[in-house]
Amino acid sequence: MSDKSVLAAYAMRLGDNALILGQRMIELVAASPELEEELANANFALDYIGQARMFYTYAGECEGAGRDEDDLAFLRPEHEYRNLLLVEQPNGHFGDSIVRQVLFESWYLALLDVLTRCSDEGISDIAARAFKEVRYHLRHSGQWLVRLGDGTEESHARVQKSLNDLWRFTGEMFAPDELDDEMRASFNGPHLEVLELQWRLDVAAIVAEATLELPDDQWMASGGKQGRHTEHFGFLLAEMQHMQRTFPGATW
Amino acid sequence: MKQEWPLYEVFIRSKSGLSHRHAGSVHAADDEMALNNARDTYTRRNEGVSIWVVRSDRIVASDPAESSAFFEPAEDKIYRHPTFYDIPDEVENL
Repeated sequence: MSDKSVLAAYAMRLGDNALILGQRMIELVAASPELEEELANANFALDYIGQARMFYTYAGECEGAGRDEDDLAFLRPEHEYRNLLLVEQPNGHFGDSIVRQVLFESWYLALLDVLTRCSDEGISDIAARAFKEVRYHLRHSGQWLVRLGDGTEESHARVQKSLNDLWRFTGEMFAPDELDDEMRASFNGPHLEVLELQWRLDVAAIVAEATLELPDDQWMASGGKQGRHTEHFGFLLAEMQHMQRTFPGATW
Repeated sequence: MKQEWPLYEVFIRSKSGLSHRHAGSVHAADDEMALNNARDTYTRRNEGVSIWVVRSDRIVASDPAESSAFFEPAEDKIYRHPTFYDIPDEVENL
């Protein structure tokens, strides 16, 4: 792959993670347990969608085929999205959502940290902006995990089950593919095995404070980075793309 | 049955050098959550550089029924106002 096409594909993948997680969180709008939590969740969702816009715009520039952020967000078929399976998982109950956020955000924060020092300025600039946002998101989600885990007997049991259920989507975050290798070789990108060591320490600390048990490393699901998604993804995409598919190019 | 979270009062310092001002209130289950909720509710548009939160029931307030004893004696003490000084133009926020 040429340098430009590595950057285009890598930025698009980062954009996909941010967009799909943002879309999942948008589904929670008007469904939060408290007004303040409602505002926080909507803010965070918009942070992610803002990150997706920056990554997509940059991906479009690197690709040089005239596609803009909207084309990339709304007009691709399912198998062209390369987000992690974790971010497309349904919101479930509040504890499920929180566990998904903690597992993803602790990985994403470590990844962004490395990307702020990568040798491509386009990626490093966006990563630096996103890093500040995600650091706060993780503070929020991590504190909630502690509250739920170290809360009542029922909240403890439910959030432990969320952790056990979602754990199988974490292996994919640390399994490098060709694109990860190219990004690392050409642009000083993240070394995913090293990232995993950091992530395990970070997650173990939050999980311990929440008085929860880290799940055993079981069979790990993968495929998101290759465009093979879980059964939930088509429904998410159908809702997200509906307006652009029905009224192409609509603006307000 | 839904149990309401305690109320916290939120104070925001809009920029360095100014004092914190009361911005409003939030509900929260604990102190950390109160700080987060205050941040997410009252500083979304870049309104602040510092936040204080305090549980509303920890604030000791004057009694409105006592206001005549509390405040009216100060009404006619004009000599307590520093109106006899010239304030230099360079002094802001006084």
